[in-house]
Amino acid sequence: MELGQMQKSLQDYTKSLFVEGILDSQFLQLPQLQDESNSDFVSQVVSLFFQDSDRILNDLSLSLDQKVVDFEKVDPYVHQLKGSSSSIGAQRVKNACVVFRSFCEQKNVEACHRCLQQVKQEYYLVKNRLETLFKLEQQIVASGGMISAMDLGF
Amino acid sequence: MGMAAAEWKFHVLAVDDSLVDRKLIERLLQKSSCQVTTVDSGYKALEFLGLRQGIESNDPTALSTSPQEVEVNLIITDYCMPGMTGYDLLKKLKESSVFKNIPVVIMSSENVPARISRCLEEGAEEFFLKPVRLADLNKLKPHMMRTKLKNQKLEEIENGTEAVEPEIKGSEDMGIKILPLQSELEPKQVHLQVVKQEEETLSNNKRKSMEEGLSTDRPLPRLEGGIATAV
Repeated sequence: MELGQMQKSLQDYTKSLFVEGILDSQFLQLPQLQDESNSDFVSQVVSLFFQDSDRILNDLSLSLDQKVVDFEKVDPYVHQLKGSSSSIGAQRVKNACVVFRSFCEQKNVEACHRCLQQVKQEYYLVKNRLETLFKLEQQIVASGGMISAMDLGF
Repeated sequence: MGMAAAEWKFHVLAVDDSLVDRKLIERLLQKSSCQVTTVDSGYKALEFLGLRQGIESNDPTALSTSPQEVEVNLIITDYCMPGMTGYDLLKKLKESSVFKNIPVVIMSSENVPARISRCLEEGAEEFFLKPVRLADLNKLKPHMMRTKLKNQKLEEIENGTEAVEPEIKGSEDMGIKILPLQSELEPKQVHLQVVKQEEETLSNNKRKSMEEGLSTDRPLPRLEGGIATAV
C-alpha cells in the first residue's frame, strides 16, 4: 500500500473510533502534549492506562468473587478505572464504570458482575482498537511518512 | 535558555494517586514551562516539603530536603486519594505557618458543588474538573507569579537589598497577559508568547534595579532544566 493510502486509512480508522463513541475529545488532547523531546508520550500514557486497567480489572474480579463482597473495596476500584479511562478519552469504558458505580451503591452483587463483564468488554475493545491504531502509525513511519497531531483532529 | 528565563521557571508539586493522571499532569505542567515533581500521596507531598507527620521539621534527623532548599510555587492535588484526601492536604498546608502561602489547586473528576466550595473556603485558589487541559493551566500563572515575587521581595528584605518596586496588584500591572488558549493557536505559540513577556518583565526589573545600584540575583539553588522528578 502506498503512503498516501496508508495515511488515509489511518485517518478513516481514527475517525471511526470517535464516531462509534469509543474515544472522545479528551483523546485529542494527548497528541498536543507530544513533541520532539517527548516523542512517545501518547503511546506511553496509553500503555500506562493498559497496565493500570489490567491490574484494576484483576482486583475487581477477585473482590467480586469473594463470598461476601466488600463494596468498600469494589467502589474505589471502579472509581479509579473511571478516572483513568476518562483521562485518556476512553469514553465507553468510562460510561460503563458510571453504571457500575451506581450498582455498587445499591450493593447489587449480581448487577455488579454484569457490569464488570460490560466494562471488560469495552476495555478490550478500546485496547484492541488503539493497538491497531498504533500499528497503522508505525507502518506509516516505517515507510518514511510522518504523523502529525493534525491527522488526528477533524 | 539563559539564566533569566530559568529564574522565572515555576516549580509545581503535583499530587495524584493515579498513575495515568500523574503522567498527564506532569506533561501538562511541563508543556506550560513548569518544573514538576510528582508524588502519589498527600503524605509524600508533606514529606517532600519537609513537613513530616504534620510536624514542622526543626528536627536535624528529618528528611534531607528542608523547606528552605526546595522552592515550590504551587501545589496541585487530586481530591480523592486514599488515606489523606486533597482536602486534608490543603488543610494541613494552610495550618502551616511556612506553607500556608503556597497556592493550592484541587482537581477532581467529580463535580460536587459542596466539595468545590468547601475547598475554596479552605483556601484553594482554583478547583479544576478532570480531565485537566492545557487551557486550565494558564489560569495558574498569576498565582505562581504572585508567590514568586513575594518570595523575592521577602528575600531582598532579609538580605537588606530591597529594591523599591511597585506593589503587585494583578497580572495586568505586570504587563503579563494570560492568553486564552484559542483552538487555532498551537499550544507552543501560546507558551512562547507568555515566556517572551516574562523575560521582558524580568529584564525591565533588572534594569530598574541596576539603575538603583541594587542586585536582583537570588542566591537560591535552582533545580536544573525541565526535568520532572517522580517520587
